[in-house]
Amino acid sequence: MTSAKRISAKTMPTKTMPTRTMPAGTMRLTRRSVLAGALASTICAPAIAQNAPRVVVIGGGFAGAGFARALKRLANNTNVTLVETHRTFTACPFSNHVIAGLRELSAQQFTYEKVAADGVTMAFEPAIAVDAGSRTVTLRSGTPLMYDRLVIAPGIGFNWSALPGYDEAASKIMPHAWHAGEQTELLRRQLEAMEDGGTVLMAVPDNPMRCPPGAYERASLIAWYLKTKKPRSKIIVLDAKDQFSMQRLFQNAWKALYPGQIEWISLSNGGKINSVDAKTRSLIGDFDTYKGTVINVIPPQRAGTIAQIAGVTDRTGWCPVDPITFESKIAPNVHVLGDATLVGTMPKSAFGAFAQAQICAAAIARLLANATPDRPKLINTCYSMAAPDYGISVAGVYQPVGNDYLEVEGAGGNSPLDAPQATRALEAKYAHGLFNTLTGETFG
Amino acid sequence: MVRSRTLLILPFVLAAAGGASAADAPRGASSCTGCHTSRAGIEDALASLKGRKASEIAEAMLAFKEGGKPATVMNRIAKGFSDAEITAMADWFAEQQP
Repeated sequence: MTSAKRISAKTMPTKTMPTRTMPAGTMRLTRRSVLAGALASTICAPAIAQNAPRVVVIGGGFAGAGFARALKRLANNTNVTLVETHRTFTACPFSNHVIAGLRELSAQQFTYEKVAADGVTMAFEPAIAVDAGSRTVTLRSGTPLMYDRLVIAPGIGFNWSALPGYDEAASKIMPHAWHAGEQTELLRRQLEAMEDGGTVLMAVPDNPMRCPPGAYERASLIAWYLKTKKPRSKIIVLDAKDQFSMQRLFQNAWKALYPGQIEWISLSNGGKINSVDAKTRSLIGDFDTYKGTVINVIPPQRAGTIAQIAGVTDRTGWCPVDPITFESKIAPNVHVLGDATLVGTMPKSAFGAFAQAQICAAAIARLLANATPDRPKLINTCYSMAAPDYGISVAGVYQPVGNDYLEVEGAGGNSPLDAPQATRALEAKYAHGLFNTLTGETFG
Repeated sequence: MVRSRTLLILPFVLAAAGGASAADAPRGASSCTGCHTSRAGIEDALASLKGRKASEIAEAMLAFKEGGKPATVMNRIAKGFSDAEITAMADWFAEQQP
């Protein structure tokens, strides 16, 4: 306990609330001062009671930051601390536009001032340990954070060992650009530097992966860039799958917009990449070795590292959760949100992460008040762009069934195959609207 | 002693009340703000649902559900909700401050 003092159990006002940390400089509390604090909190409504429940959130993306703000809105008496390494968040949705030169990375970046202004305490450093027994998160500085409920929303991590030859160093040569930021700009610069007539390779992993249609949106927008700027070039998508999200919609768009410029090689046709060689810029599959001028490797994924450290992942590398509360099926009082979870057939998307965050905030507000959470329904909507003015979408409504989430039958599905261009343009506009709204709700 | 016991209980009563209001958002409603925001100045955002007439929201949702209203994605989403769920969402949004 370096920067915080602990209230001893004897001075705690009730038996049910666990020991918690106090800000540095807080005096050791006597029973009387605790009582005075409780009195003050009942008189001054905005004041936070000394014995307010503590919720710690690890990860400040659409799930984590969205959750933190939603919980403050629903249960303002709660002390919410958001632990996030970076002071700037770089959003993945629309980062394919940055790669294709349609948008600057700065349009993807958001800060946490408004989150903090809602009363969320920001801790800008990595969490390095979680002890579910003592309900403590330890930050890199050694600062412990005690919690009544912990929410882990770390997004994805890469399962480097699943793709021999690919590691951090290789990603500087063959970028993944599957965490938005430096990698996004690196891939863009490589495309800009490529001479006309070059070949772009993309390696796409099997599901589960972050943003299942995102790889095909990327292929589309890279093709758009090539068609516009480097018309003798082409892109080859090497896929570890035989089927993919919105496949017919994408393939129809490719045929219409980029004839001969996109080639998709499925699992059955040898598209699965088993290893890579950064030195020779090669991707090695079952039958063939592929060489390209620019190579984008999207590696196999799993839940973010802190989820592994916290011990809330299962053999799949992802986090199983209760469908009503998103509480981990492995560790009590720990909830997991967003891309790190496996929530039925729900795709790993920013919208889904945000929607889960709202449900989890309502559930935790109920749990902290000793009430029973309601059975939720979740909506997911994902837009993808086959060209800047050509939007398509997949939507779904999900509900808890038994121990899992299932899609409500008869609802959801993809944009129609035969829609006119006006509909595609409208969906492209709505995609921008969704991005602006989601980022506004989360960070604005 | 009676006095201090009262003081101890009060914050928990308040906490319980806060939790109860959290439950007010009916099934499905909390996802809608992913596209329909009440925040000002957001480009290309769809109309906010907060403070709209309940009948307006419910009629639109039911028409989307039955396929009687042109749509891109709302026809696919509305089919995921029962008429009772739609009514509950419409009533709740109508009560929210725009």
